[in-house]
Amino acid sequence: MTPNASTVLNPMSIPPPVDGNTKMSSEDLRVSFNGNEVLHGVSLAMPRCSVTAIIGPSGCGKSTFLRSLNRMHDLTSGAKVTGSVLLDAVNVYADDVDAVLLRRKVGMVFQKPNPFPLMSIRDNVLSGLKLTRTLDRKSADITVERALKQAALWEEVKDRLGSPGLSLSGGQQQRLCIARSLAVQPEVLLMDEPCSALDPVATARIEDLIHSLKGDYTIIIVTHNMQQAARVSDHTAFFLQGDLVEFTPTGRIFTSPRDSRTEDYITGKFG
Amino acid sequence: MGKEHTDRQYEGQLDELRTRLLKMAGLVETMLAEAVQALVEDNQAVARKVIALDSEVDTLEMKCDELCLRILALRQPMGSDLRFITLALKMVTDLERMGDLAVNISERALDVSGHPRVFDWTLIEQMAALVGQMIRSANQAFIDGDEALARETVHRDAEVDALYARSFNQILDTMRSDPESIHDGLHAQSIAKWLERMGDHCTNLAEQVVFLVRGKDIRHANDAAPESK
Repeated sequence: MTPNASTVLNPMSIPPPVDGNTKMSSEDLRVSFNGNEVLHGVSLAMPRCSVTAIIGPSGCGKSTFLRSLNRMHDLTSGAKVTGSVLLDAVNVYADDVDAVLLRRKVGMVFQKPNPFPLMSIRDNVLSGLKLTRTLDRKSADITVERALKQAALWEEVKDRLGSPGLSLSGGQQQRLCIARSLAVQPEVLLMDEPCSALDPVATARIEDLIHSLKGDYTIIIVTHNMQQAARVSDHTAFFLQGDLVEFTPTGRIFTSPRDSRTEDYITGKFG
Repeated sequence: MGKEHTDRQYEGQLDELRTRLLKMAGLVETMLAEAVQALVEDNQAVARKVIALDSEVDTLEMKCDELCLRILALRQPMGSDLRFITLALKMVTDLERMGDLAVNISERALDVSGHPRVFDWTLIEQMAALVGQMIRSANQAFIDGDEALARETVHRDAEVDALYARSFNQILDTMRSDPESIHDGLHAQSIAKWLERMGDHCTNLAEQVVFLVRGKDIRHANDAAPESK
């Protein structure tokens, strides 16, 4: 049985009450870079085992928000994060939380497929696991097959696991990166524009994959493509100039948004 | 109206659709008024003019449908734009059907033309005037995004229904007292029924305007009254 996040990240923590359906949430989350605040107190509860899309114009803070969920800003000089981010009941910014363990629980897929260029397909899948533990050959084989099957890539690569990751097409490389994230058995998968570098066929494969993964994982996806948000997500958050404007079931936000700023954005009325 | 779309070509396409819908509604309103005028004044030329106008309504229906499909395929509209396009696809069906009903009335006007005038057409004229007002107010609500006016239009259908019930009995009484009038009386009953149907189509138009403005579907809900906030 997989231990839950609270025991892995911070065994001593006393969980605050959270909605049982919420997997991850932020409370008054503010992020600034060199004194310039780009996220102005965002509070957002993201449901477990569902897909939450984050949309908004360039510079609205959506990627900053996403990256703050697994403390990616820790390594950025001049970055300051205040407020809290809860994974289940644990504040991931608490002093005693191990950021490396956190990122195993909250994995990330980036905009551009980034397999390790000198590694084989197999080693790419195992690279995250190898950071924290050693695996025997049999366990490694099982993990590779499971992750590649979950990422819908197994059938295409099972006969060439020793080939370099870069030998794959762009869409396959992105699914390899998803397999790499899944290999460490995360609870949350963050996706930052995962299809923006892919053609429509590869995009459809990733979107289909998102559908099949959401039963087991909580997925949070940043996308510029509103149609993609409409296709893959259950809830959508609209960000504007560092503020969360609206968080609504996806079926509603693209037909009858509550806020006029959301309406202006989704209908293409700017300025 | 609100802000315009950044993409001017898209804005232009939506404007074009809006203009075509308004033109269609205007044509149907004219057809209704003139169909009843042809009946009451026994004017065959006006009846034939109404029948000829129907092809314009049909053409506009097809052009609106084509434009809606093009916008759906090329623009993937969302929010109020999506509601507008889906509304337009339904509105053209209601308007086209109303045009057909005006043609039906004109054809009956030709059928009874030259016959002795034994019926009192006052209630039919009142129904036509009321339905004409409903077309205008549904249209105005559409132009202004006026939810209150749209809901008021929905409520007026009850007045049309009441006039239809009175007209039905009045025509029946005339046919009972004068069996010679039965042929024209049956036509008169049909005309009253078509006007009542046109009231229903106006109700559809107004309900669609509420959906456009509020994103709330009030059909079949007995909920046309303004909501308290």
